[in-house]
Amino acid sequence: MTVALSGKEVAIKIEEKFPGSVVESGLDNLVVKVDSLLDIARFLKEADGLEFNYLNFVTAVDYYDHFAVVYRLSSLKHNHSLTVKARCYDRENPALPSVTGLWQGADFQEREIYDLFGIRFEGHPNLKRIFLWEGFEGHPLRKDFI
Amino acid sequence: MAVRTEPFVLNMGPVHPSTHGVFRMRVTLDGEVVVDIEPVFGYLHRGIEKLAEQRTYAGIIPLTDRLDYISSMNNNFAYCLAVEKLAGIKVPERAEYIRVIISELQRIAALLIAVGAFLNDCGAFFTPFLYMFRERERIVDLFEMVSGQRLTYNYLRVGGVSQNLPEEFLPALRKFMDMMPRFMDEYDRLLQQNEILIARAKGVGILTAEQAINCSISGPVLRASGVKWDIRKDDPYSIYDRFDFDVPTQPAGDCYDRYRQRVEEMRQSLRIIEQAMKQIPSGPVRAEVPHLIHPPVGEAYGRIECPKGELGFYLVSDNSIAPYRCHIRPPSLINLTALRDMVRGWKVADLIIIFGSIDITVGEIDR
Repeated sequence: MTVALSGKEVAIKIEEKFPGSVVESGLDNLVVKVDSLLDIARFLKEADGLEFNYLNFVTAVDYYDHFAVVYRLSSLKHNHSLTVKARCYDRENPALPSVTGLWQGADFQEREIYDLFGIRFEGHPNLKRIFLWEGFEGHPLRKDFI
Repeated sequence: MAVRTEPFVLNMGPVHPSTHGVFRMRVTLDGEVVVDIEPVFGYLHRGIEKLAEQRTYAGIIPLTDRLDYISSMNNNFAYCLAVEKLAGIKVPERAEYIRVIISELQRIAALLIAVGAFLNDCGAFFTPFLYMFRERERIVDLFEMVSGQRLTYNYLRVGGVSQNLPEEFLPALRKFMDMMPRFMDEYDRLLQQNEILIARAKGVGILTAEQAINCSISGPVLRASGVKWDIRKDDPYSIYDRFDFDVPTQPAGDCYDRYRQRVEEMRQSLRIIEQAMKQIPSGPVRAEVPHLIHPPVGEAYGRIECPKGELGFYLVSDNSIAPYRCHIRPPSLINLTALRDMVRGWKVADLIIIFGSIDITVGEIDR
C-alpha cells in the first residue's frame, strides 16, 4: 500500500532546511513558495528517507485569484506519496521554475499546462504549445475562457 | 572513405499505418540513422478535461470511454474510483468482483492489440494481428453481453456497475477461460523463438530502469525495464489484495522484452479472472447513489494499473454537481517522454518498432 506521507511532518523537515518556504501544510499535501519550489523539489528527491524519485503527474487548477500547480510525487523505493502545490498569483504573466531537470517526466505535462493554462515554466528545454496550434488565442482550461 | 550526408527532415504521420492513430513525428535523419525526433500531438484533441467541467459526475463516464478507446472499461474504472474516493461511496461486494473480471478481460483484449500491432510494425503483416483479433472478438462478445456495446461500453457506474451479469455470461466466460491458455501457447509457439522477431527486436531501443523512473514511465514498459512496480500489487485498489498473482519483469528493457512482458501479463490476468470467478458472491451490483452527486469540497486522485500504465483521475470538487477540475493522467502521453532518447542512433525501420513497442492510444494522449 502506498503511504500518503503527512504534509505536516514533511513540512517540518523542509522548514529546517529552507525556513519560511512552506505556506501551508495539510494531511497529505503542502503548499510551498514559488521562489523555493526548485530547491524543495531537489530536497524531496534527494533527501534520505524521502527519495521521491517518481513524478506521478503535474497539473494546474485555476482558482480565479490564483493558479495552483499540483505535483504528485511518489517514491518507488519507500512506496510513499506526497502532493506538493505552488500558487501563482500573477494572472497576466504567470511563471514557475521547471522541474524537468529533476524529473524528465514533467516535460510534456509542463508543455500541456503552458498550452491550456498559459503558465510559463522557466528553464523548460522546449516550451511550446502541445495540443493547440501556435497563434491560438487564449488558454482553454482557464475558468474565464468560455 | 566515409560518405557524408546532409541532415534530412522526414515528416511521419499524422496519418500513417505505423502511427497507431493520428500522431506525427518530425524525424531528422542522417542517411538512414535517426538523429533527432520531435513528436507533434493534438490531432485528436477534443478538450475532454474542459468538457468534464460542465457535466455531472455521472455524465462524464461516457467521455472517459473515448480516452483510451482500446480499453474503455479500465477508463470507466479509474474515473469511478476517483469519484468514489471523493464522495466516500462504498461499492457492493459483487460489483467489485464484476469490475475486476471485466477490467482484467479488458486488459487481455488491449494487450492482444498491443502485441498484434507491434508484430505488424515488425513486418509480420497482419497475420499475428488477425490471430489476436480472433480472441479479442470473444472478449468483445462477452462485453456485448453485459453492456450491449462493443467499443465504448459505458458499463461502470459510480458505486458499482450499470447492471448485473446476464445468466449466460459466466458459462461463456468459462468457455473462454478454457480456450485462452491454449491460444497463448499457440502465439508463443509461433513467436517466442521466431528468428525474425528476435533479430528485429532483441537489443533494440533499450530503456534503462533509471531513465524509465525519471521519465515517469509506467505499466508494461516500466516493468520490461526491470522495475517491479504494479499498482495492483503496490497500492492495491478495489479488491486486488485478495488475489494471488505475480508481477513479472524482464531484464533488458528492449523491444523484445516489452513484447514478452505483455504476453506474461496476459497470463497473470487469466490467473486473476480464474480466482475471481470462483469467489464471486451474489448480491446487489450498485450502491444507493443519488442521481446528482455533490461530493464535499476537496480533491481526490484515483488511479489504476491500466494496460498502458498508471491511469489516474485527479478531481477537485467545490460541492457542486460537476467537478471543478478533472485532470486525467495519461499513461500513453507520459510513456512517450523517453521515446527521443530511445530512438536516437537507430535506423528508421527500428524507429517504427521502438515506437510500436511503447503501445499508445492517441485518444488518450490528446484527450
